Amino acid sequence: MSGTGPLLAAVSNVVLAMLTSTLLLALVRLVRGPSLPDRVVALDLIALTVVGFVAVYEIRTAQPVLLDAAIVLALIGFLSTVAFARYLERGARR
Amino acid sequence: MTEWVTALLLLLGGAFILLAGIGILRMPDVYTRMQPATKAATLGVGCLLLAVAVHFDDLGIRTRALAAIAFVLLTAPVAAHMIGRAAYIVGVPLWEGTIVDELRGQYDVRAGVLRSRATRGSGTPAAGGE
Repeated sequence: MSGTGPLLAAVSNVVLAMLTSTLLLALVRLVRGPSLPDRVVALDLIALTVVGFVAVYEIRTAQPVLLDAAIVLALIGFLSTVAFARYLERGARR
Repeated sequence: MTEWVTALLLLLGGAFILLAGIGILRMPDVYTRMQPATKAATLGVGCLLLAVAVHFDDLGIRTRALAAIAFVLLTAPVAAHMIGRAAYIVGVPLWEGTIVDELRGQYDVRAGVLRSRATRGSGTPAAGGE
């Protein structure tokens, strides 16, 4: 399996454009978000979107090794969200 | 045939993630914003990873893609729950159109204890809406 056919190349172009717009929308929420939890939710969405990016790029370039990067990114996104939540709660308990 | 299935899954996943991006920008408060950011984005990433599993004809890749889907499905609700709880405890205001807030006055932030309505009269006074 070397490279992709014209169908998948075109489709992955469209999907990459969709994911890029999602990144921009989440970035707007990250900048504007009135509270810290808003920003954490936006960061969580950005992490998930980047996982999707890696998946699409993997199909586009026919490089299945990139899947490991996607798994690690999902793990890091989850851990950072949990860490932010614990930090916020601990601040409120003081 | 496989190529068409992969293309369909890719488009579906991209559409769901785009919906999540629109939702996180348009929803009125944190608690509603978490809905698209977790549900729609999880479904979208699941579709994209499923497309990877369909596309590559290799057992190792397929197993890892399915494991990644399972991981995202398991962790996204947990992360959303923790962020929602933290937001409520910190006191992020609800949307003014909110109809019911069943936690109001029931949650003691300092002790971290949730009292049900039956035991409300006994013990320390309620913390009140933060």
